[in-house]
Amino acid sequence: MEKPKTVKILKFHPEKCDGGLGCEKACSQVHFKSDEGGEKSAIRILKDDKTFKMHVCDHRGLCIDMCPVGAITRKKNGIVLLDKNTCIGCQACVGFCPIGAMRKSDSRIEPFKCISCGACVRACPNGALELVEIKINDIREIVYHKQGV
Amino acid sequence: MAEGQLSIEEYVTGNTKHIWDLKKILKAHKVLFDHTFKKNIVKKGYANRTIYINLSSKEIIEKKVTDKMKQKFTGGRGFGLKLLWDSIKSTTKWDSAENELIITTGPLCGTTQYPGSGKSLCLTVSPSTGIICDSNVGGFFGPYLKFAGFDALEIQGKAKNDVVIFIDGEKGRISVETAPLEETNSHILNEQLTKIYASEDTDKSRQKISVVSAGKGAENSFWGCLNFSFYDIRRKVCRMKQAGRGGLGTVLRDKKIKAIVVKVDKFDGVSNNPADPEILVKIGTKLHREIRDLDRYQCNMRAVGTSHLVEIMNEYDLLPTENYRFGSFPKASNIYSTKFYKHFTKIIPDGCWHGCTMACSKTVDGFTVKTGPYKGQKVTVDGPEYETVGCGSNMSLWDPLWILEFNFYCDTYGLDTISAGTAIAFYMEMYEYGILNKERCSGLELCFGNGEAVLEFLHCIAQGDKSDFIKTASKGIKRVKDWLIKNKWGDSQLINDCGMESKGLEYSEYVTKESLAMQGGYGLTLKGPQHDEAWLIFMDMVNNAIPTFADKAEALHYYPMWRTWFGLNGLCKLPWNDIEPANNSETDEPAKVPEHVQNYVDYQNAITGWNIDKNGLILQSERCYNWQRAMNVWMGRGRRKDDWIPYRSMGPVTEMEYLSRIDRYDKDLVEKIGLSKKELEKLSLQEKMKILYDYRQNQYQKLADAVYFRRGWTPNGVPTPQKMEKLGMDDPKMLKMLQEKIDGDEKAGLNVWGGRYEKNEHPPSKNPKYWEKW
Repeated sequence: MEKPKTVKILKFHPEKCDGGLGCEKACSQVHFKSDEGGEKSAIRILKDDKTFKMHVCDHRGLCIDMCPVGAITRKKNGIVLLDKNTCIGCQACVGFCPIGAMRKSDSRIEPFKCISCGACVRACPNGALELVEIKINDIREIVYHKQGV
Repeated sequence: MAEGQLSIEEYVTGNTKHIWDLKKILKAHKVLFDHTFKKNIVKKGYANRTIYINLSSKEIIEKKVTDKMKQKFTGGRGFGLKLLWDSIKSTTKWDSAENELIITTGPLCGTTQYPGSGKSLCLTVSPSTGIICDSNVGGFFGPYLKFAGFDALEIQGKAKNDVVIFIDGEKGRISVETAPLEETNSHILNEQLTKIYASEDTDKSRQKISVVSAGKGAENSFWGCLNFSFYDIRRKVCRMKQAGRGGLGTVLRDKKIKAIVVKVDKFDGVSNNPADPEILVKIGTKLHREIRDLDRYQCNMRAVGTSHLVEIMNEYDLLPTENYRFGSFPKASNIYSTKFYKHFTKIIPDGCWHGCTMACSKTVDGFTVKTGPYKGQKVTVDGPEYETVGCGSNMSLWDPLWILEFNFYCDTYGLDTISAGTAIAFYMEMYEYGILNKERCSGLELCFGNGEAVLEFLHCIAQGDKSDFIKTASKGIKRVKDWLIKNKWGDSQLINDCGMESKGLEYSEYVTKESLAMQGGYGLTLKGPQHDEAWLIFMDMVNNAIPTFADKAEALHYYPMWRTWFGLNGLCKLPWNDIEPANNSETDEPAKVPEHVQNYVDYQNAITGWNIDKNGLILQSERCYNWQRAMNVWMGRGRRKDDWIPYRSMGPVTEMEYLSRIDRYDKDLVEKIGLSKKELEKLSLQEKMKILYDYRQNQYQKLADAVYFRRGWTPNGVPTPQKMEKLGMDDPKMLKMLQEKIDGDEKAGLNVWGGRYEKNEHPPSKNPKYWEKW
């Protein structure tokens, strides 16, 4: 299989965000069929003084090599996906994600993460979120052994 | 592979591929007897039953695990001890039909969230020591055994011909089948059986199988280890971890078991059905993060495994060299972890159980074998770990590639690298002194540094060579010492002082001459000199944190109990103190790693739903530790005389050793023994050595006095009925036995302190029958 070269990741325009968290609610719908948002959402919008910050997976894929059962793979379209049926809930990916973007909710043992589905983009009334296509090599600047691998 | 993302399909080991007619191999299996069982669910860490297989009477029986059993023995090694007590006799020998081979799991075993949670505990009456030996091992077998439905597997009796025991957690069936066609050596056998028994021809299916086996070497020596497999989906290799110490593999092959195979149906992150999974996630993730952030500044386990210890030990004069004569060597940098790092495959989650991000199980893939039956083939070598590298230096072999070859053959032949390495180092020293020679060694020139001869020796063992030397030498140091002395080939004191064994078991790879507490850590043990009970060298020798006998005794109470606890629960010790929180040194007791101790309290409570504190954990261990010592006593051992250690582990046996560290020893004579510098100058080397010898022997006896007292044993090292009752271990048969043994010791005048005390010193208690008041 030819390796994907690009992937769509989320881009945030904080100046357009009003802190309504519709994105988080839409995300928790995707993952847990719940509109609670918060810890059930793969994307988090955090208040940062007078503005907002986005916290979400950038699909760099360090977690792929952490998984002992091969539940995390990079799909043809470049996204890094966790298959919860294969996952054995060890949390190695959660613990080792350098930006804390692999998430864990109390409602099930398997973690979850952003799959670039665009539900949050569609949910934002202000157009503060956008999916942009980038080269995978550009996000892979972190060298593995620096992560203790 | 330096960096990049490794998709599972991509990595290629370059190993030699084998093509076997697996259908033919399976067709040759004949089911001798079988048993179907109801699949049940593990509840709060326990499957609540064990399985008993008798190969002689062809019985398979399910035994219930009662709440009382959990309360008294916790699980793991504790369950093993309980099952052995109920099944063997005090006279049972390793090769008696009633001897059992037990593999147990423990309530925390199989958890995926907390690193180091996949250990199995194996117990048997050991061929080396004649008493119970326990060994803690990774690989998938333990977790799978529990998820298939059993807290422990107990095998008694012997088969007539080679058999495979297959525990099928998918179908709920156990079968004992003849297995005539498989290879015996583990790296091939494990692969054959994994492929035969996997439900589908996929890596996912193969990952649900685990095999326990031992190779040809285990059949023909007392050093047989058990190889526990874990299928690696990236390397596509059945990797293995060893239950190394005490000849468990020898017992497996004596029972004519070629392998034990377990298949798990399905499992996930909550297959233990923990009382509180969220706590596990919380403490597990916290530890993953600590490892992520700190490992590379602390032990570097994720990069080089335990081999990082080689350079540290050499630096502190603790790396055994030339049969423990020295603790460091100019050539040692040839085998530092950096030299192995070059060969290790990187970027693979190298845990021996899922979720262990400590990831110390390194391999060298595509290694070209240079000697023996697999010469020219490319294989995966699991390891080497520190101990195996230490065996290299002990035999004065300084080539990493040679150590890899030694490691590979020991593993696949089912030989314990530690016992083999330590014993061969002793034979080499005897060779140097002319006590052994080429003729006495069946033509092998077994001198220090002769790697070719060592490998030839291993191949001879695996081939079942019947010459006097191979037959005796493969049974270990104790038998060889007797053999040398019987033949009057050398001075018996020299032979006894140099042979690094205690209780019949070979020492593991640390020089203990300058740490009295660690001498106790090896000698005042249950199964023999293995570092898994206590490792106190730094605390004692480097940091001088436990200066008095009472301090050392406290450490030799607490740490063996603490480390025993891992074995009761199915855990690995490494994530306790081979990674430490960043602020650990600021805590009250950094050596105990208080934050991690609290993790384990939370961990056990979260699995079992109990509500215990850190003292409760120690109490669990104390029950089982004393029980095992009491069983040693029952089997005619477990006394002061059995805690004897060779002088090589206490001080310089030879003039060369003394002279090589003359400043240190001379300083001891002045500062510790109180000689004046003038007196020192007048003494000959032999006189100085004699004074040091007597002093250090006496120190060890005083240490034993203090430790026995702290542990609540008689001055002859016997746990008292009072102590057992206090711990809640009230088995009347055991209490009666202990009282009889103590009365016997009393009659023989053995209930006395072992140390010689000067006027200003005193033994731990003025009343040598102190325990009677309890």
